[in-house]
Amino acid sequence: MRITQGTFSFLPDLSDEQIGKQVEYCLDKGWAIGIEYTDDPHPRNTYWDMFGMPMFDVRDAAGIMLEVTACRKTFPQHYIRVTAFDSTHGTESVVLSFIINRPAKEPGFRLIRSEEPGRTIRYSIESYAVQAHAEGERY
Amino acid sequence: MDNPTPATTPKALWEGSGVRTVLDKLNAELIGLTPVKRRIADIAALLLVDKLRQLEGLQSQPPSLHMCFTGNPGTGKTTVAMRMAEVLKQLGYVRKGHLVAVTRDDLVGQFIGHTAPKTKEIIKKAMGGVLFIDEAYYLYRPENERDYGQEAIEILLQAMENHRDDLVVILAGYKDRMDTFFSSNPGMASRIAHNIDFPDYSEGELMQIADLMLERLNYHFDDDARAAFAHYIHLRRQQPHFANARSIRNALDRIRLRHATRVLEADHALTREQLTTLQAADILASRVFNSGASH
Repeated sequence: MRITQGTFSFLPDLSDEQIGKQVEYCLDKGWAIGIEYTDDPHPRNTYWDMFGMPMFDVRDAAGIMLEVTACRKTFPQHYIRVTAFDSTHGTESVVLSFIINRPAKEPGFRLIRSEEPGRTIRYSIESYAVQAHAEGERY
Repeated sequence: MDNPTPATTPKALWEGSGVRTVLDKLNAELIGLTPVKRRIADIAALLLVDKLRQLEGLQSQPPSLHMCFTGNPGTGKTTVAMRMAEVLKQLGYVRKGHLVAVTRDDLVGQFIGHTAPKTKEIIKKAMGGVLFIDEAYYLYRPENERDYGQEAIEILLQAMENHRDDLVVILAGYKDRMDTFFSSNPGMASRIAHNIDFPDYSEGELMQIADLMLERLNYHFDDDARAAFAHYIHLRRQQPHFANARSIRNALDRIRLRHATRVLEADHALTREQLTTLQAADILASRVFNSGASH
């Protein structure tokens, strides 16, 4: 199941050139680019692991692309996203983020039904990617 | 289809490209340094011709612009490097035109495995602009074969080769020590296309530099002071540790100190003229004149 999240989620995956242009747009706006990765694409999993520091002082997309390449090399089978952080007072949050790498096989989510008192059923989802390995073996 | 190239003479193109303004500005703000200016003009010409060739569908490869500035202390290496980023931006060679100035400390780490990330971090920052490495010969310490500088050099070389379109590296340092550096790092020497030697300034040029510096600070010499300072330059040039424009700047700073002390002794209100005029007395009090006499 192909996971979609963030900006451009309805588009096919961006090529490197397209990623570069989006990054250029962010840099022109003065946003700081960060690169994050995770194996768990659960929609509520907001905090992915950062790959290095957010790049507050990189001025050109070519610099960011170096880091993108390095991250893909380190985590070829993870979800990787680029985030753009706007430090303007009052905003101070991520204003754009898009996925730039995904595992070859995306197992998707398991629907969990839990029985509650009074015949109530609660539903939740869990990534198969997380289930596949025990906590200590995931990283 | 008609020939798409507009029928412009190369001369008109040169005038219209903004290159002219860049070079005029350099001429106005940098005294002397003819070889440097000539090289910048050459590079500008090549970039323009490349554009023309591109229009004709001819092969056009952006030239490698890694440079090395050598010269005695105070000949303007750092100043020109700072300016270079701006110039290359206006010529359309680099995209962002920012300058990242570093020395050995910023590139070389303190323990095994520290150097590579540090150097890569700097390269990442310099992408799209100019990476200026001052006193580059410190990167290589032949007396210590385990020195991490070598690792930084290797990473730099790789970046200079693979990211030629994204990054211009400028090395700067004193001539003799840079020569030693290059002879022990042939890889570095072969990747640097432009070796620009900064000549020492003549006395006339030093005087012009002094005038320019004073003008920026809203001071000026009176006639006697000018003569005295010309003499000062003549004497100072023969003394050891003469650092061209840097010595001139230091001398001017000291002259301003003496000027300040002198005008404070006045018991009447100071005029604008008094506040801006440096007199011969301010200059002649210098130690340089004494030692000149004793020799």
